[in-house]
Parts: sequence; C-alpha cells; structure tokens
Amino acid sequence: MAYPSNYRYTKEHEWVAPNGKTAKVGISDFAQNQLGDIVFVELPAVGAELKAGDALGTVESVKAVSEVYAPIAGKVKAINDELAKKPELLNQDPQGAAWMVEMELSDPADVNKLMDAPAYEKFVAEAAH
Amino acid sequence: MRYLPTSDAIRQEMLDEIGLSSADELFASIPHDCRLERPLHIPTGRAEADIIAWFQQAARDNAPGFTSFLGAGAYQHFRPTHLDNLIGRGEWFTAYTPYQPEISQGTLQSIFEFQTMICQLTGQEVANAGMYDGSTALNEACLMAARITGREGLVVARSVHPQYRQVLATLTRNRHFPIAEIGYSKDGRIDLTALRAAVTDATAAVAIQSPNFFGTIEDWNAAAEIAHAHGALLVAVIADPVSLGVLPPPAAADIVAMELQGFGIPVGFGGPYAGILACREKFVRQIPGRLVGEAHDSEGRRGFVLTLSTREQHIRREKATSNICTNQALCALMASIFMATYGKQGLRELAEQNHAKAAYLAQACAQAGLDVLFPAPRFHEFVVKLPRPLAQLEPELYRNQLIPGLPLTRDYPELGEALLVCATEIIPRERLDRLVSVLSHV
Repeated sequence: MAYPSNYRYTKEHEWVAPNGKTAKVGISDFAQNQLGDIVFVELPAVGAELKAGDALGTVESVKAVSEVYAPIAGKVKAINDELAKKPELLNQDPQGAAWMVEMELSDPADVNKLMDAPAYEKFVAEAAH
Repeated sequence: MRYLPTSDAIRQEMLDEIGLSSADELFASIPHDCRLERPLHIPTGRAEADIIAWFQQAARDNAPGFTSFLGAGAYQHFRPTHLDNLIGRGEWFTAYTPYQPEISQGTLQSIFEFQTMICQLTGQEVANAGMYDGSTALNEACLMAARITGREGLVVARSVHPQYRQVLATLTRNRHFPIAEIGYSKDGRIDLTALRAAVTDATAAVAIQSPNFFGTIEDWNAAAEIAHAHGALLVAVIADPVSLGVLPPPAAADIVAMELQGFGIPVGFGGPYAGILACREKFVRQIPGRLVGEAHDSEGRRGFVLTLSTREQHIRREKATSNICTNQALCALMASIFMATYGKQGLRELAEQNHAKAAYLAQACAQAGLDVLFPAPRFHEFVVKLPRPLAQLEPELYRNQLIPGLPLTRDYPELGEALLVCATEIIPRERLDRLVSVLSHV
C-alpha cells in the first residue's frame, strides 16, 4: 500500500494527517502488516493532554501487543469508537477509516519535524532488511 | 524433587568448583553489618516421635468436641473424604503456574472447568482462574470498576464483612478513593434510601454483600437499579458460595467478588482461602489475573491455554492491573472438586440443610425469649441479642463445649451485646437445642 503524500510519519510507524490546527493519527500499513490480525484496540480518553512520545493507546494482535505513541503534542479531541467494535478495521484500512484519534495540536508546525512519505518509505525499506 | 540439605563435603566441592575457599569469601560483597554473625535461633533437631506428640498436643488445644457456631466469613461445611485424596495427587500438588500449555493440559483443563462452574453459579459470563481471597477480590472488583467507569467513588454497604471493608480501605488508601459507607435498616438489609442518596455520577461501584454480614439476604436488583441509574457498576460480594445453592445468582451485578472457602477448603487459622472474580464479558479486558480459554490445535483437537493475559504475567508486566491476582490454585481445585461432587441438585440440598438449621435455631432462640434481630429473610446466619454480657455466659457455654458465635461489639457496637450465630449442615440438632438452652437459661 502506498503511503499518502499528505501524511507525516514516525519511526514508531504512526501517521499524522494534518488538517490545520487538528490532525488525525493512526498506524501505518507497515505496522498493521507486522502485527498481523488485530483483535483489540485501546484508545485514550477524550480530553487527554499528550506530549510527543506519550503512550496514546494499545494495539493487540494475535501475536503481539504494541503501544502506540503520540507522534506530536496536543489534546485528544475525538477517538474512533468504531475500533472498539471492529478492531480488524486496522488491518483493512489502517491509513483511512481506521484512524485512531483526532488531536488538537499544541503547535501545528511540529508536524514538519516528522518524516514525509518518501522518507518514511525509505525508512521502512531499510527496516525490512 | 528431593529436599536434602547439602553436606560440608558437597559445599566444599561447590566452592572448589568456582575457585573459592570459604562461604565467607562467596558472600564478601555483603557488608559485615548486614550479615547475621551468629547461628539462627531455631531449636535443634528432634525425634520424629517427639514431633508427632507435639502436634497431637497442639491439636488437643484446638478444643476437639466443641461445637462452633462461628461463621462470619469462615464456614465449617462437611468436606467429602475424596477431596484430600484427589488434591494430594502429585500432578496437582506440585504443579506450578501453567505457562506452557504443552505440558500443563491437566491443570489448564481443571482451571477451565473451575471458570465454567463459577460462571454457571454466579450468572456471569466470564470468571478468572481465581483470586487471593474474597476480601482482595472485592478490592480488585472496585479497582476494576474504577478503570471501566473512569471514576473513583466507592459506595460500600456497612453490612459488607467488616474485614473485607478494612482490606478495601487499606488497599485503596494511596489511591485516595472516596469511600461512602451505607448503613443498614431495621430489617437487617441495606438502607436503600441512603443508598439512593449516596450514589452519584462520580460513583464507580456500589458494593453489596448478600447474604450480608448479618446473614440477611439483600435485593440485588434494587441495588443494581440504583447503581446503573448513575452509570455506576454493582459489585456483588458473596462470603459463602454454598448460599448460591438456594439463592438466585447475582445476575444483575456487573462484577462478582466471592470467597470460596465454603466449598471444601478447611477452616485453619485464617487461611488459605480462595477468591473469585466474575464479570460481564464486555469487561473481560479489565479483569485482573489469569484466564484459561479453550483452543484447538492444527488438527482440530481440543486443548486449553492461558488467554487474554497480555497484561499480567507474560508480555507486559508493567501494565499489570494487579499484583495479587493469583490464588493458591490448589484451593480453587478443591472448590472445583467440591462443586463437581455435589452437583446442582446436591448443592441445592446442602444449602437447604444450612438454611433449615439456622431457621430452626433462630426460631428456637425467639421462642426461648431471646431477641433475634433483623426480620428480613436469612440464609445460615443471624444476629441474636444476649440477655447479659457474653463474658458472664462463657463458663456455662464452655462447660457445654459450645462456641456460641461471633460477638459484634467490636465491629457494630451500636447493636450492644449482640452475637452473630451461624448454623451449618454439620451441627446436630441436639447441639442447636443445647445452645438455646444455655443462652436463655443462665
């Protein structure tokens, strides 16, 4: 799957889709692929204040449990309730319908510190070796 | 495994092997002021016959021949003889935590059966492999409710076992959970008006025991309604599982915290006990402890595995919700054998016998002019007011080899000279009559 060019990415395989002062956050196609069948997703409470690198939630697959980290500082504005009922959505559409949280960014300019799509693609390709 | 001490020769051999000359050298890194520089104060070895004689004397000090009407969370029920034979088998007795399903199928299956029977008994959808005991199960249930609701307020009935409440207060002390205690009404049940007033949108859990500490039966549905109206969870506390032989399961509760001692675990100086925690399936991710699930191998054969345990002992211990989640699995097994032995019908008959003995005793007390408190329906315990202080009655009680029950003056001083009396199936009628006669005629 291609990595959307308007998204930014972290080394922990989260993505950020900026939209002015807010951004949606999820995990990349590479991440879901590595995890395998996802069976449980735990999300933060709406209103939680997060610093970049804070634990944002948990994704559990049949073979592993992984923390998801906030790629950028901000406040949780909304969470994707669908994931509680259908965790498999993260396998099916990780970079679209399976967004995890929507954040109000402390500083929208922080987004620029993250990898863009070509850089992330290169990072993933190197990680695969 | 053999438990033989090492000899001086073996110790020297071990030191030689690692290139040291003495044990002192081995422990050189431990500062001198941290070392015990003298022999331990333990008696020297004694002959086997002496040791047996010592224990026999100690057993006589337990007052054999006395009839005990003590209940209050520690119940004397008949223990079928095969219980100890079965749990004494090496496969059970020495088994350790069943991490590896390929070598633990027997233990895992026994836990799976345990969980299944507990779900059937409690009307809940999920039960874990057991908890430490009933009091800590109550604590875990409250912490679980706080995680689920995102709230901290606890509302606890004052008719919940006083020691369970003490454990809860101790274990939540550093969390600063606000705990509101709700009193009991004249009939011995929780004061529903006070409960209604105490539950708010900040309440995580309402904890109620039934039969409660006074032996009276609470209304789970009424309590659940009050809790749920504010989005709080109902935690059902049960101190003697035998009561479920006749009482409806607490199906209206969200979490059940129960003590299993009554199911074949002997009363012995306060332990060991075994607790259970059961809940609705939607809360399964928040239940502490271990869960055993059914699985199938690549050839479709049935097997059992530890499942949904990512938070506890395996992958992410730092995320564990509890560090006192485990019971003595052997006690849970004892309870399983007990449940399997009695079966549904047998458990009902057992519970009916308990109820009948206590009902007879309470009625006899009342007829003899004693004041039996709390008229609400009861199971196998009740509260009776004594005509004079217990201390004055004690000589005559002991002459008759009677331990009449638990004085409530410490935990419920407002009740005066009141005694909590428990009659289980093992007490013969003659002893019931004797107790009434001594209590009422001194």
